[in-house]
Amino acid sequence: MANVELTNVRKVYGNSVEAVKGVNIAIEDGALCVLVGPSGCGKSTLLRMIAGLESITDGTVKIENAVVNNLGPAERDIAMVFQNYALYPHMKVYDNMAYGLRNRGMPKDQIDKRVREAAQTLELTHLLERRPKELSGGQRQRVAMGRAIVRNPKVFLFDEPLSNLDAKLRGQMRVEIKNLQRQLGVTSVYVTHDQLEAMTLADTLVVMNSGSVEQIGAPLDIYEKPASTFVASFIGAPPMNLVHVTADNTGLILKDGTHIGAEGLTVPTTGAVIGFRPEDLEVAAGHEKHIGGLQLDLKVLGVEPVGAESYVYGVVGGERVVVRVAGRSPSQTGDHLRVIIPKEKLHLFGADGKRIPPA
Amino acid sequence: MIQNNPIGRFIAHIILIIGIMIVAFPIYYTFVASTQSLQEIMRPPLSLLPGNHFWENYSAALFGGVGRIGGVGVDRLLFNTIVMALAIAVGKIAISILSAYAIVFFRFPGRMIFFWLIFITLMLPVEVRILPTYKVMVDLGLIDTYTGLTLPLMASATATLLFRQFFMTIPGELVEAARVDGAGPWRFFKDILLPLSKTNIAALFVILFIYGWTQYLWPLLMTNRNDMTTIVIGLRKMISFADADTEWHLVMVTCILAIVPPILVVMLMQRWFVRGLVETEK
Repeated sequence: MANVELTNVRKVYGNSVEAVKGVNIAIEDGALCVLVGPSGCGKSTLLRMIAGLESITDGTVKIENAVVNNLGPAERDIAMVFQNYALYPHMKVYDNMAYGLRNRGMPKDQIDKRVREAAQTLELTHLLERRPKELSGGQRQRVAMGRAIVRNPKVFLFDEPLSNLDAKLRGQMRVEIKNLQRQLGVTSVYVTHDQLEAMTLADTLVVMNSGSVEQIGAPLDIYEKPASTFVASFIGAPPMNLVHVTADNTGLILKDGTHIGAEGLTVPTTGAVIGFRPEDLEVAAGHEKHIGGLQLDLKVLGVEPVGAESYVYGVVGGERVVVRVAGRSPSQTGDHLRVIIPKEKLHLFGADGKRIPPA
Repeated sequence: MIQNNPIGRFIAHIILIIGIMIVAFPIYYTFVASTQSLQEIMRPPLSLLPGNHFWENYSAALFGGVGRIGGVGVDRLLFNTIVMALAIAVGKIAISILSAYAIVFFRFPGRMIFFWLIFITLMLPVEVRILPTYKVMVDLGLIDTYTGLTLPLMASATATLLFRQFFMTIPGELVEAARVDGAGPWRFFKDILLPLSKTNIAALFVILFIYGWTQYLWPLLMTNRNDMTTIVIGLRKMISFADADTEWHLVMVTCILAIVPPILVVMLMQRWFVRGLVETEK
């Protein structure tokens, strides 16, 4: 168990492509840190640098306050769960789990004890004599986890471990991973591109975009106060609605030229982006004036009922927005709705995409 | 493309049977001839049924100690050939699996140069480089030795490329998992790569054993002493120019004896082939 600290970590590939551009992350002992971002954002590269599978161009990686930059993966005392599990196909489940311990010269009886304990935790005991190809996807995933936990490492590294499972199993394994991590209390770094996985698993969430960290924080803090339009549109499903506005002395002007009341918002003259979550919109019954809220005219493009709620897709000022309505929505394609966003639910971003804190 | 049409099956079987007969008949004919006396062979037409000199001919060839091939018995020739075929097969596999391992899994300067060097030797079969190779062997004093017989035939671009292609299909994550598990290069090779290559090795072994077994030109050059030669060369030496001097019945026995070991190898290794085809691991 240990803390992990990344200081100005950079990765430049031979062809001078900068995959990771100076990342600083501090992960506390026992915490589960999730790196999330779209594909190609450098999150996997970062994980592989922590693992020692990828060399570090610049900066330092510390595990338990010791710089590990020049140590091989085996010397860093980490265990990794791979996306495709990477089980040894010719070895039985037992040997798959025991292999790393054998390479460390652990006595046989101790290996046996550890493997059986891990197998029990993961409910794999009856599968120990099978080979990976005789297992289902979920079982393989468990074996991969088992191979990591028998080692009793300082840090667990997960590289999109659930992306090969079907949706139902993914949800189930997500809960199991979280419980297991809590139970073992091992510092973990988890890479995923799935924002739902990121939100539910993380103690600390790191949102990455094109090689840099966009925001670090607790998942709900990030959800409530996204630091940029990128984070706003990445975290949450459906994502936050973003509407571009400019201001003059009469109020705000939407992209298609529609004037709306500023409602006390101070918008920089360079223009801004107004963000609001789909669930934060209220559909106005009549034409009453809502105090302290932004009123928008929404033209409905389509309605998607998903059971407990419905998503109303529409256009506001030439830009697409989604409204989440509890239960069923009476709206139909072509309808015009008056929607109100309470002022405290509004997010304001500058033209550069950075969050402008409310005055 | 499996049809249950009885006529189709019948035709398919006929074609297969004809094919097998074309391949098997000469071997059968050799066997028939090996059970006849010399007089019967020399008086055509040769019977299509085995004669009654089986024990007589075979014991004469195996234990008769007949000084037909310069005082060397068939057993010695068989032994030489087995040594040569085994050494070539094992040596080729060992060298090529190691060089493929180096080329696929290690980044070292000149890696691609080495790869291409191995690759272009494909264009240089034994026959092309036979004179310089012979000269080297003579200078090293390797004429009439097992080393001389086998060493120049061991380097194999084909086997190296085959292993290279197979190694490239091994997922990178597996290599990385082994690294995280603390397996060094040697451990990874021994514990993971070698077991995964089992079926490839078995297939190559069969092909290379037969390749070594049927070598003709190189043993012909490399061996002067009769007790160092192979059975294929021995067979040739048994046939003298004057037809009447050749003991055809014993030649036929030797032929059969020369065929048996490769057939045994194929039959014993066949189980591995089938296993390799049925259980595609990974």
